[in-house]
Amino acid sequence: MIPQDLKYTEEHEWVKVLDDGVALVGITDFAQEQLGDIVFVELPEVGVSFKQHDLLGTVESVKTVSDMFTPVSGEVIEVNPILSEDNEGFAPEIINQDAYGQGWIAKIKMSDVSELENLLDAAAYKKITEEA
Amino acid sequence: MGEELKLIRTPLYEAHLQDGAKVIDFGGWAMPVNYPNGIKAEHLTVRNTVGIFDLSHMGEVEIKGKQATEFIDGLVTNDVRRIEQEQCLYTCMCRENGHIIDDLIVYRFLDQNDGTPYYWLVVNAANHDKDVKWIMEAGEAFRREHGQEGLDIEDLSMATALVAIQGPKAQETLQKFTQTDLESIGYYHLRRGDFQGLEAVISRTGYTGEDGFEIYIPWDKAELVWKPLREVGCEPIGLGARDTLRLEAGYSLYGHEINEETNPINTSLGWVVRLKDRQFNGHDALQAQKDSGAETAIVGLVMQGKVIPRQGYEVTDTAGSTVGHVTSGTFSPSLGRGIALALVDVAHKAPGTELMVKVRTRLEPALVKRPPFVETHVRR
Repeated sequence: MIPQDLKYTEEHEWVKVLDDGVALVGITDFAQEQLGDIVFVELPEVGVSFKQHDLLGTVESVKTVSDMFTPVSGEVIEVNPILSEDNEGFAPEIINQDAYGQGWIAKIKMSDVSELENLLDAAAYKKITEEA
Repeated sequence: MGEELKLIRTPLYEAHLQDGAKVIDFGGWAMPVNYPNGIKAEHLTVRNTVGIFDLSHMGEVEIKGKQATEFIDGLVTNDVRRIEQEQCLYTCMCRENGHIIDDLIVYRFLDQNDGTPYYWLVVNAANHDKDVKWIMEAGEAFRREHGQEGLDIEDLSMATALVAIQGPKAQETLQKFTQTDLESIGYYHLRRGDFQGLEAVISRTGYTGEDGFEIYIPWDKAELVWKPLREVGCEPIGLGARDTLRLEAGYSLYGHEINEETNPINTSLGWVVRLKDRQFNGHDALQAQKDSGAETAIVGLVMQGKVIPRQGYEVTDTAGSTVGHVTSGTFSPSLGRGIALALVDVAHKAPGTELMVKVRTRLEPALVKRPPFVETHVRR
């Protein structure tokens, strides 16, 4: 199940444009399933700006390490507190449980909304997961 | 997917697919890395109750004949003359320069007909081909020196399947399927016994830090062991959890802690090197290394933060000078934090030493701990 209302990258990130024009980003359900039990996330720093496809952070499962790239350019204005290692409620397995919802990774204030057009729609992304 | 077709399958391959296994290439074998419950759940199943592993990819080389003991004595670093009938021995097999070809377990059997000992060498799947070549060539050299009679070497790997049952409930679970009195098998001992009437070699050995057994049966009979154990609720455990379990127990893995560039003295395996009154491949090089002292050691590292050390990450002292590297690293499901085995200069091997691991761009604090990382429950 790949949500229709999101945009995707070939590297298995998703982006959802919120009402205020902010981009919510995360990794796809396909990605979390490939990784297995997620146990650590290295998050970007709030206030730092990234260009589209820059390294945004790292997702680690028991078995492996996977880089995560930002689907859109802009400034990180918030990271998911559940994924922050300093947080008492640290629970990175939330990505395994709810990759498109509570397992979001960061909110990005987009600097160029036209970039959304060069991302994949649900149908195109589905094709990539089927070929993988 | 085309590549996967060339991989060798164990006799339990179809059973793994039925269980929903994720299959990977492991040294040329199509092996389950995990099942749908995931590595963490599988790991904790073995720590808390019991799990079963398909290890049919492991190699078994049989050495028979009147000269078998003498031959193996010249082949491996540990002293096979020290073990009794029906006992197992962990050892390294080295080249003349002392570098490790493989680590393996020697099984010593009693020939019922003539009362002489014979042996199995149980070797790593990924090293099987080079091991067999080395052993066969050593056999030829031995025969030239000691005569053609009394040494028979046979590779039983593709005729022998292996199922491990590990965890605190391993013995009570397995006992229901065998006439063999498991209680009477000590740690690192074996019996020629049965599994529901099927002839089997059963040893109290494993790679998890838990009590448990390894069951060797004929290749085409593997399902007769696997399926009944599955039916009584034994969960299958993949190679992913096998790795986290062995790492928590502090066991070395070939290709990580040890390899063709290392010798046992420099990788904290001096305890399997018996030099006195012996002559074996690598003896003189290892004697010299022992005399001059180990330069490096394998140590355990416990990360102080939430980060996870991985193979290849640099290890430094607190001043930032490189002192070694991580050989295996993972998230420890039992401890809920990152742990590692690392090869470091001997000056930094003392438990409690503060070291740093370079994780991406940052130096992260770690403490040296003498493995195991968790309380183990093997029967001594």
